[in-house]
Amino acid sequence: MIARIYITLKEGVLDPQGKTVQKSLNSLGFKNISDVRVGKYIEVKIDKSIKKSQAQKQIQKMCDELLANTVIENYSFEILRSAQDDRACQDDRV
Amino acid sequence: MKWGVVVFPGSNCDHDAYHVLKHVLHQDVHFLWHKDKNLKTYDAIVLPGGFSYGDYLRCGAMARFSPIMKEVIQFSKKGGLVLGICNGFQILLESGLLPGAMLQNASLKFICETVTLAVEHNRNPFTKKYKKGEHLQMPIAHAEGNYFIDAEGLKELEDNGQIIFRYVKNPNGSLKSIAGISNKKGNVLGLMPHPERASEALLGSTDGLRLFESVI
Repeated sequence: MIARIYITLKEGVLDPQGKTVQKSLNSLGFKNISDVRVGKYIEVKIDKSIKKSQAQKQIQKMCDELLANTVIENYSFEILRSAQDDRACQDDRV
Repeated sequence: MKWGVVVFPGSNCDHDAYHVLKHVLHQDVHFLWHKDKNLKTYDAIVLPGGFSYGDYLRCGAMARFSPIMKEVIQFSKKGGLVLGICNGFQILLESGLLPGAMLQNASLKFICETVTLAVEHNRNPFTKKYKKGEHLQMPIAHAEGNYFIDAEGLKELEDNGQIIFRYVKNPNGSLKSIAGISNKKGNVLGLMPHPERASEALLGSTDGLRLFESVI
């Protein structure tokens, strides 16, 4: 299984990197872009010996304890049975 | 007094802190490897600046899981003095010993310059030798010193007098110009500026020395 984890800054938390990217996009001519937030994407490979529900619990624990800092960041994730399994599991996003 | 300076993989201000304590202040000071587990005989612990674990994921995020951090947490709960400088401050935030988190500097740049700090409180064990409102010169050297905490947390910091140092001119976007905070009890202090690099006239400022002297 593969977990795809998305970590984003919470609303209201200043994102200097996002602001700089936004300004660059604006100056490139994309005038209709009013905000950009830059986050992190993490892929974790999980041994097939555990159930998907267990994997979900594990990933949540990983996010809470290490991968995200919940003072400033939110996280969401999806668990795919395999990399090829992408489309079949689109609705698995937690 | 017996001091311990923790060395994480990637610490680079450990020797500076050791030097000031040992050779300027003639203290009993020892390096502690991040895998060490016994702090029983120590009076004060310094988490030095640097780039522990390469600053991977987030500054201080990995160092928090070093075996010694469990001991540092226990040590602080018993009232032991813990000082986190720069990356050490970030580690204190990540390990939950101090509230809040660090964001990238508003300028997105690594800032290395001498700044002016105002002493907000001098009742803290680390600031007893300063006057309240006194201005100090100390260098900063960081890319992630933009302190953040939610409104509720900020109110708590202010109500409890936990904001110990503020920048006179905000260099990094830090909320309310916060440069250093303590825990509620006051025995854990974290600050982004480097007092250990401002403890000898040769280096341009001796304003940092009194922070260590306050404890001794």
